Amino acid sequence: MAKDVLPDAAAQKTEPEKARDRRAFWSNLAGILLRRREASIIVVAILLVVYFQVSNQNFFTQANIRTISQFAAATAIISAGEVMLLICGEIDLSVGMVFAFAPFIMYFTYQAGLPIWIGIIFGLLASAVVGLFNGLVTVLLKVPSFITTLGTLFLIEGLNLTISNGFPVLAPVVGAFNQVFGNSPWSEIIWAIAIAIVMQVVLSFTKWGLHTVATGGNLLGASETGVNVNRVKIGNFMLCSVFGGFAGILEGFRITSIDPLAGGTNIMFMAVAGAVIGGTSLMGGLGTIVGAFLGVLVLSILFDGFTLLGVSAFTFDIILGAAILIAMILNVRLQLLREAGRQ
Amino acid sequence: MIEPQEVPDVIRAEHIVKSYGAVKALRDINMHLVKGEVLGLVGDNGAGKSTLIKILTGFVQPDDGKIFVNGEEVKLRSVTYARSLGIETVYQDLALVNELTVYHNMFLKREVLLKPFPLLNNRVMREQAHEYLKKIGVNIQSVDTEVAKLSGGQRQAIAIARAVYSNAKILLLDEPLAAMGAKEGALILDLIRGLKAAGEVSIIMIAHNYGQVFEICDRVNLLQHGTITLDKRIVDTALDELNELVMREYRIAATSSQ
Repeated sequence: MAKDVLPDAAAQKTEPEKARDRRAFWSNLAGILLRRREASIIVVAILLVVYFQVSNQNFFTQANIRTISQFAAATAIISAGEVMLLICGEIDLSVGMVFAFAPFIMYFTYQAGLPIWIGIIFGLLASAVVGLFNGLVTVLLKVPSFITTLGTLFLIEGLNLTISNGFPVLAPVVGAFNQVFGNSPWSEIIWAIAIAIVMQVVLSFTKWGLHTVATGGNLLGASETGVNVNRVKIGNFMLCSVFGGFAGILEGFRITSIDPLAGGTNIMFMAVAGAVIGGTSLMGGLGTIVGAFLGVLVLSILFDGFTLLGVSAFTFDIILGAAILIAMILNVRLQLLREAGRQ
Repeated sequence: MIEPQEVPDVIRAEHIVKSYGAVKALRDINMHLVKGEVLGLVGDNGAGKSTLIKILTGFVQPDDGKIFVNGEEVKLRSVTYARSLGIETVYQDLALVNELTVYHNMFLKREVLLKPFPLLNNRVMREQAHEYLKKIGVNIQSVDTEVAKLSGGQRQAIAIARAVYSNAKILLLDEPLAAMGAKEGALILDLIRGLKAAGEVSIIMIAHNYGQVFEICDRVNLLQHGTITLDKRIVDTALDELNELVMREYRIAATSSQ
């Protein structure tokens, strides 16, 4: 009896089963997009590119792609450091000021008659010192990093204006060196991509990355296990500052001018926004460098696309604000969905 | 109070005193742990169980008293030092990182590297974690699972497995069965039973549920007001005796508060 019934039942079920397959397909796709945040950002980026290309034939040209790459590169480099900090549960607001600080240190070293590469090393060392200071104050004196780096933000800004007397200077011209460090059209984005790849490897495949996630994911637990959480935090503060300084040096060579007002809070917030859009949690423990890179890229495509369309800068800020809010709300909702999926 | 020592004590504490300001958390603790046994530590909230565990794990230093590990007097001045002597603690918060996989949690701070590169050898860590968990009977779908996706019992099992895998000789378990259903609890009891059978580790287990103590422990210590008021082998005592002692404490507390 049962054997007779079974094939019939199977035949009858084909329609609902097809529907179920379709649903399974969509839920699988949704699952991939849920799990791999990078995938959903790539989808957004492609949609934006298609939209802007349809709206304006000049969008997908070599010249414009170069513009986007130059706009994105410095921010992407900063976001790589910012993600490491956000993952271990901290933030650096001062990095945009270090962006202007490091090239001045490089400039003064060069003016003092030392070779330019020593200047770059000094610039990066000075950035590292700022990061070390941020880290020590945050970790040892237990000041929340938001406040610590808010302090150093103004401190370094004032320092930049003081040492420069408020005027920009011309970047040193040393031929091939300039080309490698930002002046050649594609040099900055190549640096940004290289840094993103290296930092993603560091995050995913080294002890340092593992300890960074552990520190942000469970601070007490990680220290009970023996992870030196203070060292991890201070190290990432230094890393973030050094990337900020390096991005500033590249930018200085690219635009051939070193400006005490370069970078600032704008580039720092863009880097944080890119990281957040790219799936980094402000609570710590979660995030990827690649995601932040894509997040910055999406922001740059938006900015460039709207500029080509003639949308005013005012409108752009409204759109940027909305994009960050939507990304954050999605982040929180997706997190809840994921947690619900665990039960 | 000197007992015939057929089996050596892996840990022995004598006259341990610890005060926090005016509060005497531990008055005069004398306790010992025999190799391979499971010792249940029970007592009311505030009786001093956690302080005692923190002293044995090197997290807190006693004001007075002596501690011997494998017969040698030691000063447990830090968690790292206690760990180097083979003392591992599984805290109630478990010290697991939700965002990391099971095998990364198992190997946190003991990472295997892909020498000569400074990269993680995930393949080896994954295999070893998988094999070890299988050996001690911890069932999880995959060691690639994020810890956040595991149940309370599984998380506890991973935390214990990690401690034992790191060559713990003396394992301190802080309420391993707290906030756990019967089925989950049975899983952990099985795990502890397995460790006992293997005979490699000696265990001190803080517990609230006397039933579970009688289920798994060889010996029980009752801690009341900073001293150990009962030290008996499970076969020599009964639930009633423990209950009676605790009830007497409540009665005294009730009369004194009137």
